[in-house]
Parts: sequence; structure tokens; C-alpha cells
Amino acid sequence: MRLRLVRDNTNFDFFARPKLWLGISGVMMIVALISFAIQGLNYGIDFQGGTTIRTESSQPVDVASYRAALEPLELGDISITEVFDPNFRDDQFVSQIRIQAQEGEEAASGDMITAVADALSAVDSGLVLPFPAVDSVGPTVSGELIQTAAIAVVLAILAVLVYIWLRFEWQFAVGAVAALVHDVVLTIGVFSELQIRFDLAIIAALLTIVGYSLNDTVVVFDRVRENLRRYKKKDLKEVLNLSINETLSRTFMTSVTTLLALISLFVLGGDVIRGFVFAMIWGVIVGTYSSIFVASATLLALGVKRDWSKPTDEGGTQFGNTDA
Amino acid sequence: MLQIDLWKRIAIILTIVAGLLLAVPNAFYPRVEAHNDAVLALEGGATGAGLEENAAQWPAFLPSGLVNLGLDLRGGAHLLAELPLEDVYEKRLVGFWPSVLDAMRAERATIGTFRRIGIEDGELRIRLSDASKMDRAIEIVSALARPVVSLSTVGATDFEVTSRNDLLIVSMSEAERLATDERTMLQSLEIIRRRIDEVGTREPTIQRQGTNRILIQVPGLGSAQELKDLIGTTAQLSFHPVVGRTSNTNDRAGVGNVIFPSIDEEGVFYVLEENPVVTGEELVDSQPSFDQNGGPAVSFRFNSAGGAKFGRYTAENVGQLFAIVLDEEVISAPRINEAIPGGSGIISGNFSLEQSTQLAVLLRAGALPVEPTFVEERTIGPQLGQDSIDAGRIACIVAFSGVLVFMVLSYGTFGLFANLALIVNVAMIFGLLSMIGATLTLPGIAGIVLTIGMAVDANVLIFERIREELKSAKGPARAIELGYEKALSAILDANITTFITAVILFVMGSGPVRGFAITLGLGILTSVFTAIFVTRLIVVIWFERRRPKTLEV
Repeated sequence: MRLRLVRDNTNFDFFARPKLWLGISGVMMIVALISFAIQGLNYGIDFQGGTTIRTESSQPVDVASYRAALEPLELGDISITEVFDPNFRDDQFVSQIRIQAQEGEEAASGDMITAVADALSAVDSGLVLPFPAVDSVGPTVSGELIQTAAIAVVLAILAVLVYIWLRFEWQFAVGAVAALVHDVVLTIGVFSELQIRFDLAIIAALLTIVGYSLNDTVVVFDRVRENLRRYKKKDLKEVLNLSINETLSRTFMTSVTTLLALISLFVLGGDVIRGFVFAMIWGVIVGTYSSIFVASATLLALGVKRDWSKPTDEGGTQFGNTDA
Repeated sequence: MLQIDLWKRIAIILTIVAGLLLAVPNAFYPRVEAHNDAVLALEGGATGAGLEENAAQWPAFLPSGLVNLGLDLRGGAHLLAELPLEDVYEKRLVGFWPSVLDAMRAERATIGTFRRIGIEDGELRIRLSDASKMDRAIEIVSALARPVVSLSTVGATDFEVTSRNDLLIVSMSEAERLATDERTMLQSLEIIRRRIDEVGTREPTIQRQGTNRILIQVPGLGSAQELKDLIGTTAQLSFHPVVGRTSNTNDRAGVGNVIFPSIDEEGVFYVLEENPVVTGEELVDSQPSFDQNGGPAVSFRFNSAGGAKFGRYTAENVGQLFAIVLDEEVISAPRINEAIPGGSGIISGNFSLEQSTQLAVLLRAGALPVEPTFVEERTIGPQLGQDSIDAGRIACIVAFSGVLVFMVLSYGTFGLFANLALIVNVAMIFGLLSMIGATLTLPGIAGIVLTIGMAVDANVLIFERIREELKSAKGPARAIELGYEKALSAILDANITTFITAVILFVMGSGPVRGFAITLGLGILTSVFTAIFVTRLIVVIWFERRRPKTLEV
């Protein structure tokens, strides 16, 4: 007996209420953008400059006493968060201290780190020194990093737009990119809403989400292209429905295996990359949703040229018959 | 029908074997690492039973390439230093001034009197008392400029001479600035490399980034401070004639003089001649040592030219003071009791033993042309790195097992085939990483885990397609063949688009993010290879043996 995530020959009508789905996506994107506009992102030091220190102690972390100890150093804005992870030993207590960029300095001075170490060891006798990790980024570099990151995301989306345009038709490209923008906006929205730290690694996650969502979209579109050639009389909505139903089993299989891997990484992979993995889990879920309800719905709304009789004429070529 | 040529079979199998062989050393990481270190040491001429033993731990016929571990996994310090390249321009102008002075003095009859106003905003300004002689003055000074030798510019000279009202203005040309920037960077890279090598740390990375930055990564260092102390000082040493002592910083130094503070006497300043007698550039060696009172000191030796200059100067100025200046601070200003021939001497000051040792290293390695500032600094303790490796390993194993079980449950025998391909896939990622000497980072591990999840996608596409084709009842062989054929287009399109994003990540990203892009990109390549070649080969071989009448996928 085989495990079947999706029974054979499904026949769901995904476009019974096209306006509803596009509407829901639209509303979610607007909510995400409003959250981003009001709360903004909890930028990590990669994008804002400043210093983070990871502390480790054999005693439970007392955030209040840490804060009191650091007060006299006059370092400006300081945030202290306790870090929990199932991988920690019983006597391993970790916290993350974030210090704003200091006036007139690029990266953290050694004096400051020493001062922090002295102040903390005065209140916490179990403190492990040197600190397990110190990261410090100057304001100049962080400005450049955020710029490069934005360029990377835009470039990725553009490159994909061009590729799909060449391989399919422009309507497919617009549909795919609509789905990508949707995924990126919703991911940024979640990071803004939950105020999870947004750093350089999250940009990598965003691009991976772009890649994954695209992967999904392209598989559906590939089938749409094939079915458009095969069923010349069916209307576009039927073809889209048929294609999505035919690929539904694969969509779920791949999502499940990917999620299996990501969830084990989320739980067991340690706290350092948890934010990064969270972004990707979220991305796999929205990416799967968007390739059906955003990409295909956009394609349906735009309509598509039906004359596929001369497939090699413009763009729509298909890799095929390539013998192994 | 279902056929694969023999040569293709052999090629596929050879590729798999090569991938597996390249990956094998990583399974025995500490042993192979010890082996590689020992072999390197033996080649370098070192000897020792321990080294021989370590070298013998790993057979020489097996590949010994390892995946490099990034700083976030191994622990270490990462610094990004920025060099203020403009600071060098001013020094060039200071150096140019004496020849300008000589040339203009010689022509005083034709240009009248003149006065140096100073060096500001990268310009050397000289006021002529008679502005009508400006053209002649420009001509004289311009004659001193030399052509710039570089590939990109033709006919440019190093200094440009212009005028503004009654001011004669000398500045560096654009071409010369670029050439100077380039020289400053290369010189700084070399000196930083020498300083770090002096302390003998393992496998440091010292790389130029952009126009004015240098990236320095030293594995195994617990704190960046040590590293910053080592490369954060310029260590420019020079010996100047002393004009006088003062306690008032507002004193005018006078033309051609400078005022520098004393390093250990609070509130004491020395007025010195700006042009040094000898500089640290003419040092050939320096060692930590002790002065006659037994205090830590640094001994030094000049090259022959420097030694001759120093000897001549001391012979002519017995009884005078001269100052030893390090980075614009006077370390000491001893009296010249007798001529010092031979070109060696000793610098004593209030040093601790550590300071004298470090100063000796810095002087030996040479002075940095400018003082770097640090714009990014990251340190990761080795324990945290090890924790990350352990956590990553466990996550990999769990993800791997989860996917393996899931695939068998979903596709039965075919699921097993996909699992075999998945194992080959992960091994090949490690093999490729070792082969190209890529660096594995924590996000890189995440990339591998993600690949484990996504790699089955291509197989899933094929298997689902075979299922569909089976419904059209064309017989198992035809269904398998059609399945592979028709799924190919989707597999390629889907993976090429993901690959595009991986390439962009690699090009735009840095450090750990780049590590992620590498594993993701390699993962895509290997998963496409395993899906369309490896599983296909397995399926075909299985089919040839079993010849099943019906197929359950």
C-alpha cells in the first residue's frame, strides 16, 4: 500500500472564485506592506551597523542585572535577549546583546568589548570568556550591504522574468513574477509583524524562496504549455485547472520532502540559523500557494495566445527528446 | 525502447565513483587533515617521526582534498579593514616639496620671491610675491613632473601645476592618484600578510576587496583584538634632528619643522625637523632585546645606505639630540654621545616585554603606508563553531532519514532507487566542494539540507509522470521511457531558474551567504545529474533483469 498525499485523478476547480483568491492575496500583501511601513523591520547589525555579542554562562541569564551592569558604560541603545535551544547543555545559558553603532566609530573597539566583558563578569560569575561570538559592522559597510541585498533580489526577479519570457510567453513571465513579488512581500511582512531579526542571511533565504517558488510555478506552467498544445479546443480556465490537478501530487510531494528537511533543521540545527530556516519554511508554504493561486490566476486574467501550432517560432520552445 | 549505450553506462558509473572517492576524505576529517598538514610539513623540509606517522595515516592513492570549513564553523576572526588612500597624497606632496624648493630657488632671478603657504586639500600652495611671473614659475615646476607609467594612461605626468590668483598650486594628477592607490593597496596587502605570517597563524586569508578594503580572516583566533593590534598600527619609524622641546602645543614649529608629542612624558612636545635623517624603510632587521639597564628594548639594523646616512649624521652632530619617532610620537630623544657607525642601534623606552616583541615584529614586517580603520569585525569561538557543525550534522541525518522513509512509503521500489540517487547526490556535493576547494559555512549546511529536500523533486516529477503514462496503458517500458522524456522539460526549466538565483546570490553575496549559494548551486547540478542519469540507469538495469509485466510506481 502506497502513501498517497493526493488521491489520483483529482478534479478541484481552483478558479471557481478567481477574484476571491487574488483578493485574499492582495489583502495579505497590503497588510504586509502596512506592517512594514508602520513597524519596519528589526534590522540586524548587517543592515544597521552596531555590535552583537553572544554571551554564554553556566548560570541562568538575568537580563535585568546584565542591563544594570552595562548601564554605566553609556553605550546608548542596548537590547539583551535570552536565547533558547534544545541543543544546549543543562548548564549552558546563552544571551544575545545588541549594542548600537557608537558615535565616530566604525567597527567595535576592543576597549568596548573588554569593558562589556568586565561589567558582565562582575554580575555573572559563570560567564564564559572570551565571548563565543562578537560581530560588529560599521555604518558604511551596513549601508552598502543593504544596497547590494536589494539589488540582488531585484536582479534575481528580473533574470527570471527574462528567462521565462524567452522559454514561454510574456504572460507566463508576468504570472511567475507576480507570484515572486507576492512571496517576497509576504515574507518581509512576516518578519516585520513578528519582529524577527532581519539580516544578511534572510536575504539569502528570500532568494531561495524566489528560487523555490519559481521551481513550483515553472512545473505547473510547463504542464500548462503542454496541455495548451494538446487540447486546442478547451478554454484556458479548463486547461489551467487540468494542469494544476495533474501536477498536484508532485507539488505536495516536493513540498513535504522539502518541509521535512527544513523542519528538522529548524528544530535541530541550532539557534544561529533558526531565523534563516524559518524564512525558508514560510517561503515554501507561500511559494506553493502562490504558484497556484497567484501565478496561474494572473495567467488566467491575462489570457494567453492559443496558437501553439508552430512552437519554435517565437519563444515557446520545449526541451524534449533529449536522450540520456 | 529502454536502452542506454554501454559507454554511457560506464561514463555514468565512473562519474559516480569519482564523486564518491572525492567525498570520502571528508568522512575522516581529522585524520586526513593531520595527513595533509604532515605531508605539507615534510615537503617543506621538516622531519620527525610524528609527521611521518601522520602522513602514513591516509593512503596516498586516495584523494585527500577536504571541504574547507568557514570561520563560522571553525571559529576565528574576520576583519574588514579600510585604508584611507588619500592620506598618502599629502605625503607625496611633502616629499615633492624639497625639489620644488630647489628648482624655484635657482630661478629666483626670473620668478621673484615666493613662500610656501602649506599643504591643504591635496594641494601644495606656494605664494608668489609677483603674480605676473606666474607663467614662468609654472613652467619651472612643471618641468619637475615625471610621466606616469601605467597601462591605461598615456602622456600623463605625476604632478599637475596650476595657478589661482597669486598662488602656485601643485597637485597630484588623476592618473598618478590611481597609480598611487594601487601601489598603496599592494604594499599594504604585502605588509599585512608579512605581519600575520610573522606570528605564524594557520591558513590566514588576506584578500583585497574593492578599491580600498582588505579582508583578513584568521581561523582559530578567539578574539579580534590581537589581530587588530597587529595590523591596526602603521609602525612608521623615523629618526629626526631635534630643534627644541616645548610644553605648549600652540607653539609655531617654524617652516620645515613639526611638533610631535612624547610618548611617555605627559605634556612634553618636541619640535623636530620635518625631513627625517633615516626612516624605517631602510631597516633590514629588528629584534626584541634589552637595554643596558635590563629593560625591554628593540634592536635594529639599517641597510648599507641607511647605515651610512645614520653614521654620517651622528658623526656630524655629536652632542645634539635626535628623536626616534614612531607613528608621529616621540619614543625617545637621546643625545648623540659619539658617532654611530655600522648602522645598528637600540630603541629603548618604557616598553613591556610584549610591547617590545610586537614592535620588533611590526618594524621587521615594514610600515603600512596608511593607518587602516576597521569597518567590519566578526569573531566566532571554536566551541560555537563545533556546536554548529554538530547541530548541522544531526539535522542533516534526520532530514536525510525522513526523506528516505517518505520516498519509500510513497513510491516503493522506485522510492528506493530515488534514495540511492539521493545518497550519491549528497556524496557528490561533498566531492565537488572538496574538488574546487570551496568553503563550507553554516548557511552552506542549510543549503545541503535544503538540497536533500529538493533533490528528490526531479525524481518525483519523473515518477509522477510515469504514473500518469501508465494510466494510458502503454506497457511498463513505454511508460517509463515517456515518463523520463516528458518530465525532462519541466526538470530543466525548474532547475535552471533556481540555478539563476543561486548564481546571483554567489555574485552579490559575501562570506557565509556565498557559501550557501555554492552548496545550493552544486546541489542543483548534482540533483539534475542524478535524476536524469543515475536513477534512469538504475531503473533500466532493474527493468532488464525483472522484465515486469505490470508496474507499480
